[in-house]
Amino acid sequence: MDVSALDEASLAGSAVDIGETMQAIAEHKGCGTSGGTGNASCGSQAGQGDLPTEIWEKVKNHPCYSEEAHHHYARMHVAVAPACNIQCNYCNRKYDCANESRPGVVSEKLTPEQAAKKVLAVASTIPQMTVLGIAGPGDPLANPEKTFKTFELVAKAAPDIKLCLSTNGLMLPDHVDTIARFKIDHVTITINMVQPEIGAKIYPWIFYNHKRYTGLEAAKILNDRQLQGLEMLTERGILCKINSVMIPGINDQHLVEVNKAVKSRGAFLHNIMPLIAAPEHGTVLGLNGQRAPTAQELKALQDLCEGETNMMRHCRQCRADAVGLLGEDRSAEFTTEKIMAMDVKYDLKMRKAYQAKVEEERVAKVAAEQEELAELGNEMSGVKLLVAVATKGSGLINEHFGHAKEFQVYELSTTGAKFVGHRRVDHYCRGGYGEEESLATIIRAINDCHAAFVAKIGGCPKSNLLKAGIEPVDQYAHEFIEKSAIAWFKSYLVKVQSGEIQHVERGEAAIRQGALISAA
Amino acid sequence: MPFKIIASQCSGCSACELECPNVAISEKGGTFVIDPKKCTECIGHFDEPQCVAVCPVDNTCVVDTSLPRYQARA
Ligand code: SF4
Ligand code: SF4
Ligand code: SF4
Repeated sequence: MDVSALDEASLAGSAVDIGETMQAIAEHKGCGTSGGTGNASCGSQAGQGDLPTEIWEKVKNHPCYSEEAHHHYARMHVAVAPACNIQCNYCNRKYDCANESRPGVVSEKLTPEQAAKKVLAVASTIPQMTVLGIAGPGDPLANPEKTFKTFELVAKAAPDIKLCLSTNGLMLPDHVDTIARFKIDHVTITINMVQPEIGAKIYPWIFYNHKRYTGLEAAKILNDRQLQGLEMLTERGILCKINSVMIPGINDQHLVEVNKAVKSRGAFLHNIMPLIAAPEHGTVLGLNGQRAPTAQELKALQDLCEGETNMMRHCRQCRADAVGLLGEDRSAEFTTEKIMAMDVKYDLKMRKAYQAKVEEERVAKVAAEQEELAELGNEMSGVKLLVAVATKGSGLINEHFGHAKEFQVYELSTTGAKFVGHRRVDHYCRGGYGEEESLATIIRAINDCHAAFVAKIGGCPKSNLLKAGIEPVDQYAHEFIEKSAIAWFKSYLVKVQSGEIQHVERGEAAIRQGALISAA
Repeated sequence: MPFKIIASQCSGCSACELECPNVAISEKGGTFVIDPKKCTECIGHFDEPQCVAVCPVDNTCVVDTSLPRYQARA
């Protein structure tokens, strides 16, 4: 790697030692996302386990930082920062930033005052909304005034809401102190490479110090600033999540290196997201016919990095003005027009009471799973398989097959049920045009699963699923996901052992490419 | 009028507005416009016209290439 030609000594990331605490956090393997593997020491469980208390307090009801929390708590994004300072080849700036959102989505832009009002309106309507994020479109730190003004207004009016921020990292080192002062305790940095040669294929240019840089030079400056920013944040005890976009043939293998680099600098969570690229998004990669990874390739890479850091597998690549539980979007209920007409009363007591109820639910869910798991304990089998679950949240199998906008995928083995991802699908039940076709799309999306758990399913889709080799399971309607999945798995193993059925591997599954434009 | 923004291409991202040293750029109906009376081509401030350097849509902040300053760049 020859980057010595660059005379950018002043930019080189200072190699600061990471404080011992942060090192300890980084070493917490398997946390954050491994909901229910029976690993009781994990940040994703309903209990604190052995996570340090300060960290547990930060993640326990943050839907992005805790897989387990994401079934129960909601987040919202406000789009106050449209300007950006770098160009990504998977992004078309007519739309929202693709680092967190799906390409091809346009969010409603707000002033900081409008944004603050929106936060209060949402918090009063959706008491489980605990997190406000600013993630673009654009880079929040390319618009520092608007970003920090919004945080300031929200912190004053709704002090219980956690603040978080997503950035490409270019301006991060300049703002770390402000971030700490505003008590923003979660920061996401998108890091797609730690090698300028690879970066040059992803970033055509950056705008830095009043100058446009291109090629290797641009990639090197960007990466130095990202890693320096990460070090500065973890030193101050601010939790960092790293997003990486997996681009087959460009950085897929390299992301293992990225994983090591960010882990050694104290990143709490690594979120490897699939590239979403279609020619109609007008992105450079989309127009070049760059393909997206398959669900298997994505999972294999996530599995490979899992031993190194906590992996996030529940990211929905939300829109920049998303509102609600992950996987759900209620932004249409909160348009600027509607918010401005609302008379908002912020009721902290009501929110607290509601959240206490959610906590009870979480504890009950884990207890039920542990009980079921205890019985599985003496089973011996190498069988490992995936199942798809239709859920509206709260950790329950409570969605009708035809209404599901996504399926959550769990990996079942004798060690338990582990959340490993989600598959976005179109509503099947819209009726009329293309019904057959959308059913086929759903089957493609969950084609690697052995069973689909639903609250209800019609006769026709049922027989289609069976034909595709996916067992429709509706006898656990409105029960806890993990507990039910383990119970089903037990009977599956019994049937395999008795020779009633044969265990076969399933095929590949596709990741849905289209932008989710409708806010439905 | 050395610089102007081609409105049909402007994404309305406001990046140029934040960078202009002369506050020459403002929003007008969702896209951005340059006030020719205020634009100094960034001369005396920076080596590159900032709106051109930061704009994500190529050839949207257009430079009058007949000016001597841009002959060398072309
Ligand atoms: S894009 Fe991913 S990290 Fe961001 S709010 Fe959505 S799920 Fe969380
Ligand atoms: S060239 Fe410079 S002064 Fe003129 S509009 Fe662009 S940024 Fe402003
Ligand atoms: S930077 Fe370009 S796209 Fe953005 S507002 Fe200015 S002219 Fe429009």
